[in-house]
Amino acid sequence: MTQLLEVSGVSVTFDGFRAINNLSFNIGPAELRAIIGPNGAGKTTFMDIVTGKTRPDEGKVLWGDRLQSLLAMSEAQIARAGVGRKFQRPTVFEDQTVADNLMMALKAARGPLAVLFWSPKPADHARVAELATEVGLGDALGRKSGELSHGQKQWLEIGMLLAQEPKLLLVDEPAAGMTLAEREHTTRLLVDLAKTRAVVVVEHDMEFVRRLNCKVTVLHEGSVLAEGTLDHVTRNPQVIDVYLGRSER
Amino acid sequence: MRAAIAAVFLVLLSLIPLGGLAQTSPPVAEASSAAEIVEENRAQIERPSRQTIGPVIAALAASGDPQAVTILSAWADRGLGIRKSDGAFVLLSTGQDGYALRSLDGADAGTAPRADITELRPNSGVRAVIATALVQFQLNDPDPARRADALTTIARDPAPELLDPLRASIEAETDPALRAQKDRLNRLLTLRFDPDSATRIAAIESFSGDLGLDLRAALNPLLATTRRAAPLGTTIEGNIARDLDPGSDLSETEAYDLLVAADLAPARLTTPELKAALAANIVDGAVAGIPLAELNTQSARNRAYTALEQAGTVPVAATDEEVTQIIAGHQFVETYSEPDSAVTTAAQDVLTGIEVKLAAMQVADLSLDALSLASIYFLAAIGLAITFGVMRVINMAHGEFIMMGAYTGYVVQLFIPNYTLSLIVALPLAFLVTFMAGVAMERLVIRHLYKRPLETLLATFGISIALQQLAKNIFGTQARPLTSPAWLDGALTFNDIVSISYIRVAIFVLAILFLLFFLWLMKRTRLGLEVRAVTQNPSMAASMGINPDRINMLTFGLGSGIAGIAGIAIGLFAQVTSEIGQAYIVQSFMTVVVGGVGNIWGTLAGALMIGTLQKGIEFLNPSNTLAAQTYMILFIILFIQFRPRGIIALKGRAAGD
Amino acid sequence: MTRTYLSRNPSVLWFLLILSGFTLGVTLLSQAYGVAFLSTSFIKTLGMTLCLCLVALAMDLIWGYAGILSLGHMAFFALGGYMIGMWLMYARTEAIVITALSNEALPATAQEIQNGIAAQIFGVVGASELPPVWLFAHSLPLQLLLVVLVPGLLALIFGWLAFRSRVTGVYLSILTQAMTLALALYLFQNDSGLRGNNGLSGLQNIPGLDGVSQDRVSVWFLWASAFALGLGYLLVAWVVSGKFGSVIRAIRDDEARVRFLGYSVEGYKLFVFTLTAIIAAIAGALYYPQAGIINPAELAPIASIYLAVWVAIGGRGRLYGAVIGAAFVSLLSSWFTGGRAPSINLGFYTINWVDWWLILLGLSFVGVTLFAPKGIGGLVDLWQGLRTPDRKGADLGPGDGSLLEKEAKK
Repeated sequence: MTQLLEVSGVSVTFDGFRAINNLSFNIGPAELRAIIGPNGAGKTTFMDIVTGKTRPDEGKVLWGDRLQSLLAMSEAQIARAGVGRKFQRPTVFEDQTVADNLMMALKAARGPLAVLFWSPKPADHARVAELATEVGLGDALGRKSGELSHGQKQWLEIGMLLAQEPKLLLVDEPAAGMTLAEREHTTRLLVDLAKTRAVVVVEHDMEFVRRLNCKVTVLHEGSVLAEGTLDHVTRNPQVIDVYLGRSER
Repeated sequence: MRAAIAAVFLVLLSLIPLGGLAQTSPPVAEASSAAEIVEENRAQIERPSRQTIGPVIAALAASGDPQAVTILSAWADRGLGIRKSDGAFVLLSTGQDGYALRSLDGADAGTAPRADITELRPNSGVRAVIATALVQFQLNDPDPARRADALTTIARDPAPELLDPLRASIEAETDPALRAQKDRLNRLLTLRFDPDSATRIAAIESFSGDLGLDLRAALNPLLATTRRAAPLGTTIEGNIARDLDPGSDLSETEAYDLLVAADLAPARLTTPELKAALAANIVDGAVAGIPLAELNTQSARNRAYTALEQAGTVPVAATDEEVTQIIAGHQFVETYSEPDSAVTTAAQDVLTGIEVKLAAMQVADLSLDALSLASIYFLAAIGLAITFGVMRVINMAHGEFIMMGAYTGYVVQLFIPNYTLSLIVALPLAFLVTFMAGVAMERLVIRHLYKRPLETLLATFGISIALQQLAKNIFGTQARPLTSPAWLDGALTFNDIVSISYIRVAIFVLAILFLLFFLWLMKRTRLGLEVRAVTQNPSMAASMGINPDRINMLTFGLGSGIAGIAGIAIGLFAQVTSEIGQAYIVQSFMTVVVGGVGNIWGTLAGALMIGTLQKGIEFLNPSNTLAAQTYMILFIILFIQFRPRGIIALKGRAAGD
Repeated sequence: MTRTYLSRNPSVLWFLLILSGFTLGVTLLSQAYGVAFLSTSFIKTLGMTLCLCLVALAMDLIWGYAGILSLGHMAFFALGGYMIGMWLMYARTEAIVITALSNEALPATAQEIQNGIAAQIFGVVGASELPPVWLFAHSLPLQLLLVVLVPGLLALIFGWLAFRSRVTGVYLSILTQAMTLALALYLFQNDSGLRGNNGLSGLQNIPGLDGVSQDRVSVWFLWASAFALGLGYLLVAWVVSGKFGSVIRAIRDDEARVRFLGYSVEGYKLFVFTLTAIIAAIAGALYYPQAGIINPAELAPIASIYLAVWVAIGGRGRLYGAVIGAAFVSLLSSWFTGGRAPSINLGFYTINWVDWWLILLGLSFVGVTLFAPKGIGGLVDLWQGLRTPDRKGADLGPGDGSLLEKEAKK
């Protein structure tokens, strides 16, 4: 099976603190994966490395069929290559309308000149409306996104991710601050998305992970501690020791 | 020029006792006593001229009459006069009313009212000749002060004939300091004027390793060169310093001018001359058949001139090609005016040694300058670094806090005239004033703009222009002095080159004190701990019971207070104006940016780097301090490329964004 | 397209209407073409103000929309002025020199004319040769090209260096200020090739227009300035209206997030920085022939800060705000500093506005930043009934989302 993303032997050190230690990780083109781990396990740093925000000290990050190295690319190039990222806190452009936010994220040429002379076609308007409906913001297209509620902003951000049409989605704690109904909606959406693309979900909430019903990777102190189904990893004594053992369960 | 003329006359002077007076005009009459000499040369002495008085003075000096010294000194000090009643020379001293008189042989000659005496007022040139003549007497004067004066005179105007009297006086010298001075002066004169070349070389080499300005002044004339030209194949007489290659060592124009000056080539035709020649030969609206309207290019003009040349109307002049040819047919050299090559080589060696040492000294001096500039930048920037490091606030009014500090010092001096005491009062007061101003600004403005750093920058800038104008309205636009106490005057001098003024030493000490104070404050006190906590994570610090508002306020006050003290330090050596802060603010920003934010060592490194850089560039391009600043800023912009977060950058996730 | 564009941006139409009305009005009140109500010097002031409005527009684009507080745009403005000034001075001196040389017996050679010009222009700084930077000064088209090229290239190189190393926020502001200072100090030197602190002068005398009085020239320049401003307004409004505007505003609010959307933030910043530098340079090229003189003091860092002040007082993030701010503050400033404002006698002290204007400006600037971040343009919102929640100083960027939830419920 060819891999979409192949991370091998990556290490990164901050001021002597080894945040990622010889980490290796693979994900296929249409796969849903959950990453769990205690605080400081390196989950966010891992996403930073894949999206180009942090440069590792050593190791390789290869992408796609042509095995491009992501390490030589800027954040923007990586994003254009097809890696989308959703942050823990919703980050949408609050001064702009929902439609503007979505339009910006819509897959299209990204160069300054191309964008300057770009004008939206009817198809683009239709796509924006469709995406907005999909994330439940169909009637809020003209509103400033700053006026949206916290949950709505989360949804808008997911909508923007969808508009980007990424091949790999990195999702950081999508369920945080959501109501039960919203969580279920999110679960369904992520499972649906994973049918056509790779989705990596970083999550603390075990219930949520269980509902995703996918392969789980446990990170600890910057490297992979265990991998497999949730049931498999929760039975792993090391995992229980470092992570579950410390949780309230 | 003056020295050269003096030298010529002193040479003449030295000839007199030996060879008589055949060549001098007007002739000095033979006489034996000083008084007689004066009388014989009455006309010359009454209206002395520097050009002609030499022989008279020499005759006086050589007369052997003890009275001669008295007469000469009196003459030089305007103590020689002529009694109007009988035209006799008299020595004058100021008496009760008018003058007390003595005749030239020293006998008392009564008194006379001022109106009866014509004082002789020799001009300064003549006085200098007299002084030189007197030197040989003064060298053996019982009064050490006069002996020292004599040495100074010799050192100022060295002359060959002074060598013998000087040498003769060394043996009898009792004062060890003066003796050493005489010995040194003897060697300096020897290396220039001794007839024996081996002695001169020995004297030159005895100075090896010496850096004295007087030595360099003595050696340089030995190495003076002139450029000369000669046809190829001939030998050039003289002590040749080096061959010159036209085109690299000297320009073609210079080379050709040299040939023209030596009558080795015809003068070149300059463009204006060509033009004048053509203009003088306009016939019927044309020159040599070429219509005037066509003469608007140089080549047409050249053609016209050549045509005139052929017609014989104008003289033949060298064209550019001929010039090149003529230059190629000649050799060019630089020759020393000193004929003895052994002497010039020895002098060159010693001078090279001196230059190497001098360069090292200059580096040392430059380092001291750079260090003192760095301390100033450090003082000016440290407050800025604190506020920026802790609060991420750029305070554009920082320069105006520096100004407030300086004006505080000025106002204190208005009330406390004792400069030492006023300084002791002003330092804490300046801190207090700017501390209060900083706290007020933080509470009224900055607190409301924490999330908007760019707007803080602009708001503080608004305060900056208001404060600056306010200072202008209160203190006026003229500079106000901030006088340092007397014990800070002068400089700590290591030798001729390396020295540093005490004010700068004091500023350096002040900078060190602040560095230590700051380290102590941040590392050893509760306040420092809280400040560090707020810097790293304000909300976490707040939940630990630290009041970030209070910490921010105190930090801002502290940063501003230090700016006030920096203002006093800067005011001590610069004039206090309302723009004093502006002069330092950009450099302070640069210091913070280059050094890296949030680290006192970074600020120190930044200040050192900017100080060294500025002094270094100024040294390389001393004529142009504006260019130095331009280059420095360019360098900093490039530096940011390689270390965007400064020399000492925070690493890791904390540095995120 | 145009219809929808204008209907989506009614302020553009309004602006163009008002600008045309203003230009027409001033023309009718001028000495040359109307009832001679306005003095020529006042018309020049108005023309110069229009140029300042244009550079304020550029400043609004770079700061108000892209969030880059550049403290260097007045340097580009002055550079544009220098570039056109070189031609003005050269061409005029050339005419003078040719007249002087025509009295001589021989017709002048090109070299003699050149030498004459060099001596005329550079005698004041003790040089007699034309520096290499004056290579194109004889040609108006080339020098006009340089008006755009020199500031544009400078902005491109500086911007590339600065943005590439991801210098942002106040750091970038300080860096642009340093660039301005470096440029000013460089030009202050006598051997900079631009006459040191003497600057270029006599620029109000347009070569080839010797027979035309300043009364008419001033009106022509007013027209040119108004035309440039109108065109600039259209251009900038177009730039900010579409997706490009969306992206640069997004960069202002959260550039990291924009990167993760796949936009190369540096490229956009560089584009905007260079574009605004060119607009500023064109404004400067129109301004200085009306001012008549340019010297390095014109590009002191303080000038660029004033530019930011105008935009902030006018209201950034909206184009007409920048124009209003520049016009309002610069006219007010010349009124106060020109000694025309009446002094206020408080009995114990007389407030002389020449001395107190800067204090008033500084403090009102602080006031605007604190209490009216939208500036004068905010009044339009009040009039239209748009109310924005008081964010207690928090900006519009994301990251403080939870803070804003309560507002959304209003």
